[in-house]
Amino acid sequence: MTDFNLECPVTGYANTDVITLSHGSGGESTQRLIMNMFAKAFPNLQTDTDGAGILCGRTMAFTTDSFVVDPIFFPGGDIGSLSVHGTVNDLAMMGAKPLYLSVAFILEEGFLLKDLQTIVTSMSAAVKEAGVSIVTGDTKVVEKGHGHGIYINTSGIGMVLAPVAPNPDRIHVGDKVIISGDVARHGMAIMSARNGIEIDPPIFSDSASINRSVMSLYDAGIHPYCMRDVTRGGVSAALNEIARARSTPIHIRISEESVPVEDNVRGLAELLGVDPLHIASEGRFILFAEPTLAKKAVNTLRKFPGGEKAAIIGEVVAEHTSGLVTAKSLLGSEKIIYMPAGEILPRIC
Amino acid sequence: MKYVTEFRDKEVAKGVIGEIQRTILEIKQNPNIKLPIRLMEICGGQTHSILQYGIHTALPSDVEFIHGPGCPVCVTPISTIDLALELAKQPNVIFTSVGDMLRVPGSDENMFEARAKGADIRWVYSPIEAVEIANENPSKEIIFFAIGFETTTSPIAAAIYLAEKLKVKNFSILTAMVRVPPALEVILSDEECEVDGVLAAGHVCTVMGSEEYEPLVEKYGIPIVITGFQPVEILGGVLACLQQIRDGRAVVENAYDWVVEKEGNPFAQELIHTYFEFIDRTWRGIGNIPHSGFGLRKEYRHFDAEEKWKNINAVKEPKPNKYCGLVLTGKTKPTQCPFFGKECSQEHPIGALMVSSEGACAAYYLYKDVGVNE
Amino acid sequence: MCLAIPGKIVEISENTPMRMAKVNFGGAVKSEISLLFCPLAKINDYCLVHAGIALEVIKEDRAREALFLYR
Repeated sequence: MTDFNLECPVTGYANTDVITLSHGSGGESTQRLIMNMFAKAFPNLQTDTDGAGILCGRTMAFTTDSFVVDPIFFPGGDIGSLSVHGTVNDLAMMGAKPLYLSVAFILEEGFLLKDLQTIVTSMSAAVKEAGVSIVTGDTKVVEKGHGHGIYINTSGIGMVLAPVAPNPDRIHVGDKVIISGDVARHGMAIMSARNGIEIDPPIFSDSASINRSVMSLYDAGIHPYCMRDVTRGGVSAALNEIARARSTPIHIRISEESVPVEDNVRGLAELLGVDPLHIASEGRFILFAEPTLAKKAVNTLRKFPGGEKAAIIGEVVAEHTSGLVTAKSLLGSEKIIYMPAGEILPRIC
Repeated sequence: MKYVTEFRDKEVAKGVIGEIQRTILEIKQNPNIKLPIRLMEICGGQTHSILQYGIHTALPSDVEFIHGPGCPVCVTPISTIDLALELAKQPNVIFTSVGDMLRVPGSDENMFEARAKGADIRWVYSPIEAVEIANENPSKEIIFFAIGFETTTSPIAAAIYLAEKLKVKNFSILTAMVRVPPALEVILSDEECEVDGVLAAGHVCTVMGSEEYEPLVEKYGIPIVITGFQPVEILGGVLACLQQIRDGRAVVENAYDWVVEKEGNPFAQELIHTYFEFIDRTWRGIGNIPHSGFGLRKEYRHFDAEEKWKNINAVKEPKPNKYCGLVLTGKTKPTQCPFFGKECSQEHPIGALMVSSEGACAAYYLYKDVGVNE
Repeated sequence: MCLAIPGKIVEISENTPMRMAKVNFGGAVKSEISLLFCPLAKINDYCLVHAGIALEVIKEDRAREALFLYR
């Protein structure tokens, strides 16, 4: 018996393994894509209506983020898991319990369906891990050459559980600055993957959902005055943003040695001449806490995967005219920790 | 990290600083020695270390640092960058470069902008990688932007060696490599030069050895001490320099002898001299310095990108800024340039010394002390 | 100029156009470091690496001496 493969010439029924423009047309192909792939991965997806109705009785947090990372697949994650973690984390940073996500895919004609499946499966796992649901979505297809394979947007809604929402204005002089775990893994993993630099042991992105860590702080009676997730620009960007965001800006002083960085990450950073303080993470956050509660906060965070190296890294020393982040140098002088200017480049000199 | 941690140890560093302080007290006993003592560190990496680890404030004010011209990015003429950009835009070319050069603006644009417009510009960690790219892409022409001092000239020579071994025909380099001793001579021979001692670049000397500096100590009578880049290594070099000044000596001293041999690395030198010869080079901010660069020897010009693309003319009207040159030669501090921190900052760099992370201006900008505005 | 980092040679491969090594930089092991200029380098030697090539083998005894003096 020969392998008999009937292929119908009508586009909608063609047995393709790539996204075609018809997938974005809203017709049969789109329906099949949603039912066979998306609905299976996201059981709570409300496919009957345009939007997702959610019960709303108290302060809600709502956020959106788009993901265009290159490469799409990197050690420790992919654009899919990143898109879930990113939005979940933004909600958590507002002291909210993340509840529902929407997802919008912009797919390029020719993008491999099996790659999309991998990404969607990865999102499904991330969603389960974070305890959220993807309830609504959208799919568009663009012509070949007009998209970088795949772009994803996720929006999220959560219920603010914090009695008072964290905010830069709630920071006091004397508050301790805490990092939730070791940093710079995501950026170094991307740099490795993008430029073909392999090191052993390989660096895996720290992309992760941090909402459970955040909730555990509240459960332990610790109400962070302010939180910010560490993403592009690393710890230095996050600290500088907060220092300036407060109505009266502040001077934050950190100790460089206390910022936790894994050996292989530091080794590669040394080799390439980049500063781990400027390199992105994707599953780490900074919080400002009451000094008497700082140690307890660190111990609470250390119980979570990725949080093993959580540490106090500095404190708010004073108010300041324009916002300042400094660190003591090895020999005692105080130096400014700047927001990185532009793309972080390896150097040879 | 071994050989890093020990030489970054705070207690050891403080020990050396203590010794430096004692030496300065002894120097002060000698009315013939003018204070402050001005030491010039050659290399941008040394400047970085001095500022990053706070060496400049940990030392008494009787010691001042003058920052030398050791930033190959900073000294690459704009015309060379413009040529690089033109080459990068040629059809079928894969243009490779180290990270430092990607942000430096030419007359109109930088590498990032050219890449956004479609040029195939790639970062490589090593020039050897560029040869491998050439080997894997026989239908393309691969060009490597060969900037650097003697240190970097050595892996560039290794790249040419590999290209020959692999019989790679589609690889060439845009040469912009420079040498330290001629530039140092230009600085020391200047009448206005106030340098009392030189901290020579340890990695340059790892390749080339220390003998090239002998004629300079003889002629100018100031100590030249070779140092490493970790804070304890630099402090050790400062101490050795001050001790020589105290004792009225002026010799070439190797304070990095666990790495640097007097003769340097003979294998590296042999390869460098096989492929390259000394040529005259124009240094941005300084001007033409005879024999201050490396160029491909005649028999290896098939590796020369300028030969391969002879018809490219990228000469544009240069925008002079005299302050870059003054900072490069140590006559002016970055903070004394009127554009520093205003028109020329890390976010909007104008001069190459601000763009390059090894430039004195970038180092000053990033590490300027809180509340101190010189 | 010259960002060069010390690393420990953990593996050497001879059968390539250039003798290459895997070098451990404080926990990050990078392969394809050329030993062209260090033909006598052996496994467990520390070498100073710049732009993908080992410039020199580090002499432990001299480093120890220096640190001893500095202390």
